Amino acid sequence: MVLQRSLVAVAILGSVYSFLAATVLMVLDAVDVAMTEAAVGAGLSTVLILATLYLTKPFESKSRRSVILPLVITIIVGGVIAWGTIGFPSFGDPMAPIQQHISPYYLANSLRETKVPNVVTAVLASYRGYDTLGETTVIFTAGIGVLMLLSRRRFKPINNKSE
Amino acid sequence: MTGNQVLLQLNYWLIIMIMMMGFYVVLAHSNMIKKLIGLGIFQTSVYFLYVVPGKIIGGTAPIIASGYQVYSNPLPHVLILTAIVVGVATLALGLALVTRINEAYGTIEENDLYRPDEWRQ
Amino acid sequence: MKQNSIIRIVVKLLMPFIILFALYVQFHGDLGPGGGFQAGVIMAGAVVIYSLVFGLATAEALISLPVVRSLIPIGVLIYAGVGLFSLIKGRNYLDYSALHAEAATGQHIGIFVVELGVFITVFASMTAIFYAFAEQQKQNEEDSK
Repeated sequence: MVLQRSLVAVAILGSVYSFLAATVLMVLDAVDVAMTEAAVGAGLSTVLILATLYLTKPFESKSRRSVILPLVITIIVGGVIAWGTIGFPSFGDPMAPIQQHISPYYLANSLRETKVPNVVTAVLASYRGYDTLGETTVIFTAGIGVLMLLSRRRFKPINNKSE
Repeated sequence: MTGNQVLLQLNYWLIIMIMMMGFYVVLAHSNMIKKLIGLGIFQTSVYFLYVVPGKIIGGTAPIIASGYQVYSNPLPHVLILTAIVVGVATLALGLALVTRINEAYGTIEENDLYRPDEWRQ
Repeated sequence: MKQNSIIRIVVKLLMPFIILFALYVQFHGDLGPGGGFQAGVIMAGAVVIYSLVFGLATAEALISLPVVRSLIPIGVLIYAGVGLFSLIKGRNYLDYSALHAEAATGQHIGIFVVELGVFITVFASMTAIFYAFAEQQKQNEEDSK
């Protein structure tokens, strides 16, 4: 997908990649996240990219930049991050620090305090309600932003090259 | 650091490989739509990076039901749910900007935007 | 065209199921996976597929553009309104236990109303974005004539 130059193919491959990611997330017990990734990534993202491709050009022209510098930067950054993950706890360890502090409290008390069995919904809407308010505002802003950008009359190009 | 320990971190290295592929697309290609798609790949790998440490082997999805004792950690799921939706909002705004740039300048390649005088001839 | 009629019939049959599934995901977000975001995106997907197959004009006759545009802030207002209601009752902002005499039931009601607000905003925003892109293409076609 990185090397393809027909952008429609890239969009469809991106949709396939989102579906595969949703499957992997299901195996990792993240059912809410998998449903959202499948709906958003495989559905809405692909539709929007294809709509933009229809409004602009569906092919990528040959790149005139050199690829050495991005490749070197990528390898160096990847190496540094991989070196940083050596100290991580092993996969699936129940004694890892991430399982220790607040998650046992949520798992033990959310049914009693909110009467909602789905812990993710309870945490999202009640224990972390402010974050969800901010997120709803972000979606609102994105909708308003797109409406402001795209719904006026088309104005002339800056240098009058195309009629 | 034994070889066994290194091998156990293999899943994190896979995630970092995907992350770097997305990063490379953002840096190296000049087509703006492709950059946005590369950013999407990067974001997906970050979702994995958060969800993978939360899984407990032998646990189940964090929905309280009788008969199950061990649940996977619900906290990363909450954070990533927000992140996915914010990601699609950013994608929509980015695509709207690309459409506008295309109308104003006639191109979506970043290379052509940097040298408008050459391009005008 | 033969392929066209197959797609039209299948989409016409599927539409009520997609909308029903979106509402199911929304209201069962407490008991299983789901919640406001997933339901909003699925319902927006239903409108998108209807508009792709039957044309933008038919979809806009179904849910018109001013209705969608005015729905976008209503979800945010519902969410913020719940918080304000708790503030009026004398507790903290967004403290759902002010909504009912029992704290736990108040939390349940609060989560339900908040997810409804999120659903409305997500659905309206995604549909409005899609309509904006589709209108742009229609305007391009009209300009080039």
